Amino acid sequence: MFKKKECVAMLLAGGQGSRLYALTQKVAKPAVPFGGKYRIVDFPLSNCTNSGIDTVGVLTQYEPLLLNEYIGNGLPWDLDRTYGGVKILPPYQGAKAADWYKGTANAIYQNLKFIDRYDAEYVLILSGDHIYKMDYAKMLKFHKKRNADCTIAVLDVPIEEASRFGIMSVDEDSKIYKFEEKPKNPESTMASMGIYIFTKSKLSEYLINDAADPASSNDFGKNIIPAMLANGENMVAYPFEGYWKDVGTISSLWEANMDLLGEKPEFDLDDEKWRIFTRHETLAPQYVGEDAKIVNSIVAEGCEIYGTVENSVLFPGVKVMPGAVVRDSVVMGGCVIETEAVVSYSILDTNVTVGAGAIIGGNKGDEAGVAVIGDSEVIGAGQTVGAGEMIPDVRK
Amino acid sequence: MTAAGLIFSNIHDKCIPEMTARRTMASLPFGGRYRLVDFTLSNMVNSGINKVGIITHNNYRSLIDHIGTGKDWDLARRSGGVMILPPFITAYDNPRANQLYTTRLEALMGAMDYIAHCQEDVIVLSDSDVVCNIDLSEVIDQHERSGADLTVVTKRMNLCGEKESVGKIIVYSENGNITEFVEHTQLMCGEYDVSTNILVFTKTYLMSLIDTAIAHGYREFYQQALPAAMANSKFCIYNYEGFYATVDSLAGYFARNMELLEGGTRAALFGIKDRPVYTKVRNTPPTKYAEGACVKNSLIADGCVIEGTVENSILFRGVHVKKGTVIKNSIMLQNSVAGENVTLNCVIADKNVIIRDDKLLSGSETLPYYIAKGKMI
Repeated sequence: MFKKKECVAMLLAGGQGSRLYALTQKVAKPAVPFGGKYRIVDFPLSNCTNSGIDTVGVLTQYEPLLLNEYIGNGLPWDLDRTYGGVKILPPYQGAKAADWYKGTANAIYQNLKFIDRYDAEYVLILSGDHIYKMDYAKMLKFHKKRNADCTIAVLDVPIEEASRFGIMSVDEDSKIYKFEEKPKNPESTMASMGIYIFTKSKLSEYLINDAADPASSNDFGKNIIPAMLANGENMVAYPFEGYWKDVGTISSLWEANMDLLGEKPEFDLDDEKWRIFTRHETLAPQYVGEDAKIVNSIVAEGCEIYGTVENSVLFPGVKVMPGAVVRDSVVMGGCVIETEAVVSYSILDTNVTVGAGAIIGGNKGDEAGVAVIGDSEVIGAGQTVGAGEMIPDVRK
Repeated sequence: MTAAGLIFSNIHDKCIPEMTARRTMASLPFGGRYRLVDFTLSNMVNSGINKVGIITHNNYRSLIDHIGTGKDWDLARRSGGVMILPPFITAYDNPRANQLYTTRLEALMGAMDYIAHCQEDVIVLSDSDVVCNIDLSEVIDQHERSGADLTVVTKRMNLCGEKESVGKIIVYSENGNITEFVEHTQLMCGEYDVSTNILVFTKTYLMSLIDTAIAHGYREFYQQALPAAMANSKFCIYNYEGFYATVDSLAGYFARNMELLEGGTRAALFGIKDRPVYTKVRNTPPTKYAEGACVKNSLIADGCVIEGTVENSILFRGVHVKKGTVIKNSIMLQNSVAGENVTLNCVIADKNVIIRDDKLLSGSETLPYYIAKGKMI
């Protein structure tokens, strides 16, 4: 038996993120790069570290290799601990059964033994597809104070967007009495952020019952939460204020990157009190050439900029050659934009080469949307990729 | 052949007293995100050396902070790894007697215990003011092939009476075998093989060399210990042809940094495949260029916020350049801040310096204006 941990976090990182199409062909969604030097998974992991939660199980299934290597022993997040720390939890073969993770709830069910090893009283369930800074310790305090069986973090969203989320209806004590997944006519504007704290004993009970039900789709939102509500368990909503963004689609991923720009960005990465930790690449400082122009952008180490960069996010080791223009775009690590090429309103995945004079994407706000170029693609000199196009096009 | 490394962290501190008043030469910030010792440490790690001792003398708090457990160089090892070797003074030593070593040889004598415990075949000694990207495994291979007791890495240099080059050791050799070490003086002019102070010793030989030096009361390494042993030993040179620079004055510090603005220098130092330069990770976000930013020909580290103009300059991590400010030909160290409408030319602002609004400061290339760590101006 390990030393007891009050709260263990379980991070659901096995999803494909199919709506990111070309960007998740080779990696799971949590491993998708974000914000100039991070990956999406850095945000929940850093939140755990900053909240004093030092035991995190990361449940992987879809394309786990890069994610496994990236998380490694957890050193960048200070999660390389003698007791606890970060542990990768892939599906495994048991004495009686072997199965893939059939749903979010099933993934946790199959790892109840992991939680038991730390004798945890509370379990924090996180997902690897949101960008936000949140103190989980405050939420845990709230959970304990309310003596809740389940606490769900909620965000007040505009009523017109409410149908995209799981919506909670709560009484004056923020006790949840109704939960609807993506309702057509939302009763409230309190959206579930996909962050739950469960009292361990209750969670086990419901997960075991859920696993025994062949009709269940083994999902927290579809099965576990409704079942607990139906049985009148003490479920409370924990209101969160601040930036929170689901980056599950191309357009929301682009927007969230753009939210980092501006004099007072909507989401500030330069926050000494709440550092976002990441695994750093070993590269020299960035070099900005004689004729370069960089405005309203963030640029990571190892970049070499000889052309123009406007309103963009550049990851480590990007080269923008003389006369090239990068505008309103997200350019991931190792990309090369050759001379006189134009990249506009686009997302370029890692190690893309854009040939001389090529033109990628349309103008910001184009109805066709953001153009996307997948990992290691080469766009030949003088080629054109129109607004909203995707290479390779995996949308069909 | 297996190898361990030994680095002299305080060597040549006195060359640049302004910046080493409170730090070692090894922890002198360099090139936007590095400290000098990063180059030597990375060279050792990239050449398969995973046991390194760093000999210190004084001012070593910044060095300890920088090295930490050594994990950023992959030197946090259960066996081997990096170890800082402070002066060994026991509680029973006479407090009035000066126990601190003053020469390279005395420093080595102080590290005898560490060397004796190394299981490796060779010990690679290096100064910490060496900026280069060298494959030491090639030097070690040559050392083994030639059967030498000592291999000195030399660099062909043109030395002509410059004040800065005083103290450099010229190595004379015949067919690769060293015949003489001579200290350079201002009167000497021409092309010479100069010792880079990267020395590969067979371990057992180094042990006996130090023992002999102790027995004879020698104090000087190149002038006493090595010449005395030369007749009965095999000393070879290894001529290194890549980029090599040392920091030997404030003006030299300024010039060596500015050389990094040349693409060729950066390629020779940072662009070599499989030989990256490691440093301490600081977790700063990417650098942010504001709407009014204008940056030309500059080397910029992470975590900076640039709202003004920066030309021909080097900004270390976390530097803030505010609106209306123009920084030219200058070096801003970690977390220094230039307020609004500031004008800087040939300035070195050390760590955490704050330059208030509307200040105009200027030095020259040969005499840069230096602002000490933490000062507000």
